[in-house]
Amino acid sequence: MIKVMSLAIRNLLRYKRRTLLTGLLIAVGVLAVIVFTGLSGSFKRAIVGQITDSVLSHLQVHKKGYMASIDNLPLDRMIPEKPYNKLSGILSDTRGVAGFSPRIKFGAMLSNFAQTTNVRLNGIDPEKELTAVPLLPSRIKDPKDPDVLLAPGQVLLPEILAKGMGVGTGDTVVLVANNRDGSVNGMTFEVAGVVESLMGPGGRDGYLHIDDAAALLRMETIEISEVAVRVTDFDALTDVAGRINQVLSPMVTPKGQPVFEVHTWQQLTPFYNVVRMIDLMTLGIKIILIAVVLISVLNVMIMSVYERVKEIGTLAAMGTQPSRIMALFVAEGFCLGLAGAVAGAVLGTGALWILNLTGVEVAFGGAGQVFELAPSVAPGEVLSACVIVLLVSVIASLQPAAKAAALEPVDALRHV
Amino acid sequence: MDIVTFENVSKTYRSGETTVTALGDVSLKIPRGMFTAFVGPSGSGKTTALNLIGCLDQPTRGTVTVAGQAIGSMNRRQSAAFRGKHLGFVFQDFNLLPVLTVHENVEYPLLMIQDLSKAQRKPAVEKVLTAVGMADQAGKYPAQLSGGQKQRVAVARALVGNPALVLADEPTANLDGATAQKVIDLMKRMRDEFGITFIFSTHDPRIMDQADAFFHMEDGRLKDDAATGGAS
Repeated sequence: MIKVMSLAIRNLLRYKRRTLLTGLLIAVGVLAVIVFTGLSGSFKRAIVGQITDSVLSHLQVHKKGYMASIDNLPLDRMIPEKPYNKLSGILSDTRGVAGFSPRIKFGAMLSNFAQTTNVRLNGIDPEKELTAVPLLPSRIKDPKDPDVLLAPGQVLLPEILAKGMGVGTGDTVVLVANNRDGSVNGMTFEVAGVVESLMGPGGRDGYLHIDDAAALLRMETIEISEVAVRVTDFDALTDVAGRINQVLSPMVTPKGQPVFEVHTWQQLTPFYNVVRMIDLMTLGIKIILIAVVLISVLNVMIMSVYERVKEIGTLAAMGTQPSRIMALFVAEGFCLGLAGAVAGAVLGTGALWILNLTGVEVAFGGAGQVFELAPSVAPGEVLSACVIVLLVSVIASLQPAAKAAALEPVDALRHV
Repeated sequence: MDIVTFENVSKTYRSGETTVTALGDVSLKIPRGMFTAFVGPSGSGKTTALNLIGCLDQPTRGTVTVAGQAIGSMNRRQSAAFRGKHLGFVFQDFNLLPVLTVHENVEYPLLMIQDLSKAQRKPAVEKVLTAVGMADQAGKYPAQLSGGQKQRVAVARALVGNPALVLADEPTANLDGATAQKVIDLMKRMRDEFGITFIFSTHDPRIMDQADAFFHMEDGRLKDDAATGGAS
């Protein structure tokens, strides 16, 4: 095997410029795959992390049917106190749940005594909310007290509304809301900070204390719109969601309908489609890499066989078995792919290292949020790109190699 | 003991609509250890005869026996194995591998065909390189050699596997007169030293005179059986 490889490498070096150009082409393909995978992976992680850690959390539990009309923030599909307490106990006992936070979501009118507009609000228990979305404080600009997320009597206003109405931290505003029965109530609040906008559902919501939300909606007992749940291991999200579902699914109404519904972040935000699109683009880049390797190696090997017909005839005449002639040419393709893959892997990881040093900032979404990316690629991804190149190189070499092995020595020796 | 026998051998090719007879009903015998030449003009059938002896081609009719083996019944794999074991080749254009040094070119049959170990290969290569006077050029590449030197390396490569028979197709055609004579002298010396049968083709009258025996061919047939010297 070593002698075949050694001869293959020498034959590749015979046409230095051609080998260099083809190897470079393969290396650039591998480099592109590694850099794109690194960048897109970190972009995905940054955005998914931002969405789940500061807005949605990893999964949410609602009363069955709530999700169907979530855009209306319905008040007639709330989880009453007793089922919530039961749900709370289940979540506390579920392995893999790091924390959870009950929310009352509703629409209200916001007034600064001069102008009035609509606002979507979340009534939250600040302590619990931080266990579900620990990055929420990072979105609050100009907080009244950096150590306190939200106190009773305070409201966090979405940035876009605060700007539009000229309201800032410390100002007083009025919130007016209809409760489930249609009666109107209004309360004054102090603005405790402005929440930076984020794309996706809930990204432009305001926050107030859950007790204030219950009072504003004149609830006799607290009813919950949704429970945001954070898991300890993001990679185990599907398992945890399955376990929660398993425990909740036997809970049914007197009519036999399930009481709760569980949705993971992928089902809650349209950004999941962007994630899937990024994955598809990564696949597309890999397909382009395959095409580049296939065409370039095939081209080089066809040329190589064509140019060395007489030499192949000599090898065959001397008694070299057809299988060994085939191995010689397959080994050439393999070595070409290996050189390109190794060079590409080194260049690709080097490029990611440089990008990490210089930093990469990406603005995303209508809110124009800027993400600082930390591009990195798993060793498995680099290995997979290299394995793809090697496999395709061998496959591309097979046809020319078979052609070389099938040459009749008497015909090949006559070739000029 | 004959190393090569042809019994009523014919070889025909299809060329478009016509059938070309390269060899027509040839019978001959070549004893072991002879320095034998096939002579004749281009298209006379001498290369076809060498190709049949070298198991590079198969007869259309008749039987070719080389080193006791009827070559007509062999498949590609068996032919290759037979050539690797029993035959050596010297080509008109030398056909050395340009990426290998002189030593490596000569070593190739032992390494890639006979799969011998390095300990077995090294003395064998050095022995034949010394015999052909190229031991001091072992590290050079073919491009650094003259035509005569290349052909001496080619002879060494043909001999290194200790074959029963070496076939040389117009081995002196690309060499000047003096160099051609040196190559012929070398082959005769190798025949004497290693006891190997040499069969070559040529159309050079100066060279054919030095053969122990020759077959004069014309239009695919033996022209004059009486002129075959020690062969028949």
